[in-house]
Amino acid sequence: MTTVLKTPTLRRIGPKTTGRKNWAYTALAVFFLAIMLFPVYWMVNASLQPNGTTLETSWFPVKPDFTGYATAINEQAGNLGTSLIISLGSVALSLAIAAPAAYALAYFKVRGAGVVLFAILISQMIPGIVVANALYTAYNDLGLLNSIPGLILADSAHGIPFAILIIRAFMNGMPAAVIEAARVDGAGHVRAFWSIVLPLSRNSLITAGLFTFLFAWSDFLFALTLTTTEAVRPVTLGIFQYIGAYVNDWSSVMATAVLASIPAIVLLVAAQKYIAAGTTGGAVK
Amino acid sequence: MTLATDIPQSEGHAAGKAARANGTGAEQPPPKRRRSRQRRERLFQWLFLVPAVVYMTLFFGYPVVKNVVMSFQEYTTSTFFTGEAPWVGFTNYVTVLSSSLFSTSLVNTVLFTLGSIIGQFVIGLALAIFFQRKFPLNGILRSLLLLPWLLPLIVSSAVWRWILDKDSGALNRFLGDLGIIETGVPWLTSTSLALIAVVGVNIWIGIPFNLTILYGGLQEIPDELYEAGSLDGATGWKSFRHITWPMLRPVVSVVLVLGVVYTLKVLDIILGLTNGGPANSTQTIATQSYNLSFHEFKFGEGAALGNVLVIISLVFAVLYLRASRRAVDE
Repeated sequence: MTTVLKTPTLRRIGPKTTGRKNWAYTALAVFFLAIMLFPVYWMVNASLQPNGTTLETSWFPVKPDFTGYATAINEQAGNLGTSLIISLGSVALSLAIAAPAAYALAYFKVRGAGVVLFAILISQMIPGIVVANALYTAYNDLGLLNSIPGLILADSAHGIPFAILIIRAFMNGMPAAVIEAARVDGAGHVRAFWSIVLPLSRNSLITAGLFTFLFAWSDFLFALTLTTTEAVRPVTLGIFQYIGAYVNDWSSVMATAVLASIPAIVLLVAAQKYIAAGTTGGAVK
Repeated sequence: MTLATDIPQSEGHAAGKAARANGTGAEQPPPKRRRSRQRRERLFQWLFLVPAVVYMTLFFGYPVVKNVVMSFQEYTTSTFFTGEAPWVGFTNYVTVLSSSLFSTSLVNTVLFTLGSIIGQFVIGLALAIFFQRKFPLNGILRSLLLLPWLLPLIVSSAVWRWILDKDSGALNRFLGDLGIIETGVPWLTSTSLALIAVVGVNIWIGIPFNLTILYGGLQEIPDELYEAGSLDGATGWKSFRHITWPMLRPVVSVVLVLGVVYTLKVLDIILGLTNGGPANSTQTIATQSYNLSFHEFKFGEGAALGNVLVIISLVFAVLYLRASRRAVDE
């Protein structure tokens, strides 16, 4: 708040150039952004080029051509659906596991909480390939290979530790008096959690949910290792198969890439507040 | 589960003893009832944590243990039909570590990690400092910079493969239009350039993370310090050297440790861009472990190599955290 109040006064007192100088910084920032987001532009541009003419992709989509999207939807619609189901499933599972755990860690101060938190941090050091290696054999025995529940369970490994940290950080700041008041009124643990704690933690639940969605949606490793047939195929694997062979139809590959980027783009634009909360909350605390 | 039931019981005991030792306070409920109520309370509280503990055990604990076990067994293509994986002692480790590919992939892993971290950190810090200035649209522009980090890695790999394409990629065409190059540079298909290209792409992916965390750290440094510093003549580089950097140290540690740990295990980007090629020039320990398990079906050797990666990661984290703690103590 102080910074917001400070700036106008400074600008009024200072020489007129301050304002112009500030806009010069904006221009510089736009320039940096343009460099950083060029690949994203190029993806969209290439997806709108007509098929076959890979040799001369024009710098701008002057005559947008949607055959790439037609092919992409034709070939990848099922895979996109699979990814969607897996991601939603992973959000549900991750929140169902992480929210109560975060509550216990933040509010009850149970013994062993330190051990659990340490385990969460250590879990971040375990390479995905190690997990995949062991899960493949276990899934093979359990018949979970090539199954949506199998991928939901595995993909949640990306989201659950993160969700616990984010929600716990939020719940740490929640006034204990509110919960105690509910308990005094005779609410049991489950009811206090369900009707007081969860509604109050709404924002952190949304942040955690959005990130677990993105993590599961982006998962490539488990899709690659825990499926062996075409039966269950997330879109990330679909893209990998496109680029695994020699590519002569980049417009459909890029169209699929655009479709696979939609969740990230939509969330960044529409839920920017929650995304910002997630990027700072999880890592530093 | 043992954890979940053991701990509340011992806590209940301790509390019960304490209640007894307190004597017979009139308001206190009889010790026995109180103890059982407290025990129930503790048990209830632990129930909230049980699903997470079970999940973490199954999907992190079990794989680590299972991987150690597997690394002492011989897996072949037929193992998954017959279920036979004989014990072979340290054979897998010997095979994996003495293979000529190991030194290649170890060197590549080190170069990939160092290159990525240095690039991401330096550019991320520069941008974070730049965004400390107050200018219009700062917040929106900064948050749009997050996009490369939020895109699925395999999408980024696909896009960059097309940009780095030798014949019609955007980068070569751009350099060609500027007259810098005459013929297409084989970014991803030359053994001497592929690793550099892969590092470049990984830097692009990591900048937003470094920027965001470092920006947060910079924001925490109180303005008064800079004001006091400027009175003492510390401005520009001097104020960065003597105020910003020391204050930012803890955040820098977090960023670097997380960065190294995450970069060591990168798989998606390399598989998507080069698949470890050409001629293993971008093969890292992680991709090599994947190849051994899922292409050659030598899960034992893949597990052994995966464990080597875990150990490297652990050793780094412990060494670094100890070093930085000592630095902070001084």
